[in-house]
Amino acid sequence: MSDANFPVGARAQSSLLALDARTKKRNAAEARFRAYGIGAIAIGLLFLMVLITSIFAKGMGAFQQTFITLNVELSEAKIDKSGTRDLEAIKKITTFGYNPLIDAALAQALTDAAIDNPFSKGKDLRKMLSSSAAADVRDFVIANPDRIGDTVEFHLLASSRVDGYLKGRVSRESLTRDKNLTPAHLDLVDAFYGAGVVSKGFNLPFITGADASESRPEQAGIGVSMLGSLYMMLVVLACALPVGVAASIYLEEFAPQNWFTDLIEVNIANLAAVPSIVFGILGLSVFIQFAHLPQSAPLVGGLVLTLMTLPTIIISTRASLKSVPPSIREAALGVGASKMQTVFHHVLPLAMPGILTGTIIGLAQALGETAPLLLIGMVGYVASNYPSGLVDGFMSPNSAMPAQIYEWAKRADPAYYERAWGGIIILLLFLMCMNIIAIILRRRFERRW
Amino acid sequence: MSALWLLIIILALAATGFILGRGRAVASVGGDRRKLHSLPNYYGFNVAMLALVPALLVLAVWVVIQPIMINANVSGHIPDALYSDAGQLNLIMSDVNRVADGLGDALRQGVITAEGIHTLDPETSDLRALLGSVGVAIGSDISADILTAARLLRDQSTTGQRAMTFVVLVVASLGFLAAMRMTSGTFRARNTVEYGVKLLLIGAASLAILTTVGIVLSLIFNTISFFGMFPAADFLFGTTWSPEGRGGSEHLGILPLLWGTLYISFVALLVAVPIGLFAAIYLSEYASRTTRAFAKPLLEVLAGIPTIVYGLFALTVVGPLLVNVFGADGLGWMQGARSVMTAGLVMGIMLIPFVSSLSDDIINAVPQAMRDGSYGLGATQSETVRQVVLPAALPGIAGAVLLAASRAIGETMIVVMGAGAAARLDLNPFEAMTTVTAKIVSQLTGDSDFASPEALVAFALGMTLFVLTLGLNILALYIVRKYREQYE
Repeated sequence: MSDANFPVGARAQSSLLALDARTKKRNAAEARFRAYGIGAIAIGLLFLMVLITSIFAKGMGAFQQTFITLNVELSEAKIDKSGTRDLEAIKKITTFGYNPLIDAALAQALTDAAIDNPFSKGKDLRKMLSSSAAADVRDFVIANPDRIGDTVEFHLLASSRVDGYLKGRVSRESLTRDKNLTPAHLDLVDAFYGAGVVSKGFNLPFITGADASESRPEQAGIGVSMLGSLYMMLVVLACALPVGVAASIYLEEFAPQNWFTDLIEVNIANLAAVPSIVFGILGLSVFIQFAHLPQSAPLVGGLVLTLMTLPTIIISTRASLKSVPPSIREAALGVGASKMQTVFHHVLPLAMPGILTGTIIGLAQALGETAPLLLIGMVGYVASNYPSGLVDGFMSPNSAMPAQIYEWAKRADPAYYERAWGGIIILLLFLMCMNIIAIILRRRFERRW
Repeated sequence: MSALWLLIIILALAATGFILGRGRAVASVGGDRRKLHSLPNYYGFNVAMLALVPALLVLAVWVVIQPIMINANVSGHIPDALYSDAGQLNLIMSDVNRVADGLGDALRQGVITAEGIHTLDPETSDLRALLGSVGVAIGSDISADILTAARLLRDQSTTGQRAMTFVVLVVASLGFLAAMRMTSGTFRARNTVEYGVKLLLIGAASLAILTTVGIVLSLIFNTISFFGMFPAADFLFGTTWSPEGRGGSEHLGILPLLWGTLYISFVALLVAVPIGLFAAIYLSEYASRTTRAFAKPLLEVLAGIPTIVYGLFALTVVGPLLVNVFGADGLGWMQGARSVMTAGLVMGIMLIPFVSSLSDDIINAVPQAMRDGSYGLGATQSETVRQVVLPAALPGIAGAVLLAASRAIGETMIVVMGAGAAARLDLNPFEAMTTVTAKIVSQLTGDSDFASPEALVAFALGMTLFVLTLGLNILALYIVRKYREQYE
């Protein structure tokens, strides 16, 4: 008998409408697989959301600052005893000499607001203010000696703890281990806040100001290091763009197929993958130890970042040179242009949007890079002075935005963490603008052949 | 004359050369441009190029070489009794340089005359106050030897500057004259200029080689001088890392650092590879066009965020969060916010887009015909992915994972801020550990001078890092090339 006895039992019940167990299993596996994929993307996007919300939640506070408005009487008896308005004599009085004026103004503010003074010593009351307050008053007096004797309204920075209290970072419980401020101060702050003496305002000095010492987070700003980053980016732009474009033109249009070209190609591919900190080591030993360029200078930082971004720029420039169709070159050669004329007059202008896009992306990458800057001494340097000129901007020590952020994070003070996150918001704004410009350039000018 | 002025002068010379050369060429054919071999501008460019480029090269080389030569020469004149090792000599030389700079400033501000510098006597006059008055602060008193050396340095650099001015100007004018002599109607100016431009292009392309050579040399020389002070075997096989050891005993073993590096990278890959790979599969195989256009750029935003942001995220968000769960109040496995887990998790997040976009490209490169064949045999979509697409894309994906690993090993900011500073050989992922990159930063940003083993060890660490990442990259390339399935 050739008719086989198939086990028909299981099959007999199968139907096109009801799925059998195996198909169900396979479909379930299919659904699971798809869910894994969706889950992976969801987790990735969730991380992005968490990152962005924590940046904003922690950083926005840096753009608000607590100020104390005081009417300080610039008493002649205290700061200009001779009454001659002699600037040299006024300058001799240190910030210490201005403290009594501020104490008096604070006491006056208490009386005006009808609040009892819980402290016997002026020093305790003054703890509500930043220790930079006296210096602010002194700077004002030196700038306007004719106002001595008047009563002038000052918006003085509150101390970082008062600021933290109004932002919810400092509470009465957390002050129990704190020597600088007592809960009594906070009661005062509440009363003052009601009276409008203590107020929160937009923190412009944070965006334009200089870094401050470790004990005065309320005074620290990112302005000077922003300039440092700007000078560095100028160096990167001036070095990396011409060299990168020249190198790409050679490799894409002229290089013969030989070992030398291969060597260059391999080197570029490897440099693109070398960790950024190794470029920092290179900068330290070549630019600082060997060539004796000044430490922490934006020039050195810019050179190191140039070497780091060159591979990125070369790779994107080559891609955009490659995308110019050969017919353009052939047409130019056909009407008698030399190879060089073909490239510089026809291929390069057509590839320019792509090259600029790549350069901007390279610059954005360089702007956010921190590790190499640590090694050339940009961290630990307190960037407290604006560069005085163009040469000074390149040659004198400065910080850079990411280095400044790291420096603040290192100080391990909640008030400085807030500054660091605020700095990150500014840094990301810059990066976002650069990327948007790159996208617009690509959309508007890139030609598809 | 300073280098900046020289630069301006030769630029001006080149500009005049352009106008004169162009004029001469046109004049040589009696104003009939058709008789010229090249366009008139090329004759101008030729003169400008020959006047500018050689002089510029001489200037650049001179500016770099002169201080090095003079420094070497002057340090030979410092009495041996003053220093015992290279580090002290460096300190003395930096003093000498500052004194010489200060004397220059004083001369420029009219505080002192040129004769005055030569008759200065450190015994009778207060040099520190003098230099302080022009804004140069000197830490210690200036001895006669340092003053002599500073004078020598000043004299030699003045002579050097003069020689440089002379040589550069001569080279520039020679180039200028030679090019002017060449210029005539039959001279093939365009070919010469294009040849010159091509040399410039080759020079720019060679910068990549120069950078690599610079990296390798700076690592090798410092590593060798480190091994001169510290036994190589102790570095490579030592299991303790304590640079400031008690009683003068130092332990600079790399193994704990390597362990920390690899452990953190492993945790990072554990996060990044599954998420990145599944995201890539979903985006390339399942997602609709709109989902893809929306999710892919958003994921790639993660790659564009600077590492300092991730570092701070690890330090102030992820670390405290983990402590809440695994710390003393929770499971009790974790002591501080900094740990392998903190750094690894955050690094994993950073690497997700890296893995996903690389894998996405590779999966997209698998030809559609293979998928169609699989569907034709009745396979579901996931079976096709698992049994056809992934095996075909496997070498590329392995390469992508290796590249991600190399990224993780070389990452600095996240581990500096999230991983801790204690070098430990431990299995608990909630312990603080440290990595090669974090130690490079801490050894080179401290106060120790560059000649001590504690600072030089950073170069040996850098060398290890360089070799490790380079090896991984080459391996990745090799795997991709060797096992790549060639379709079409």
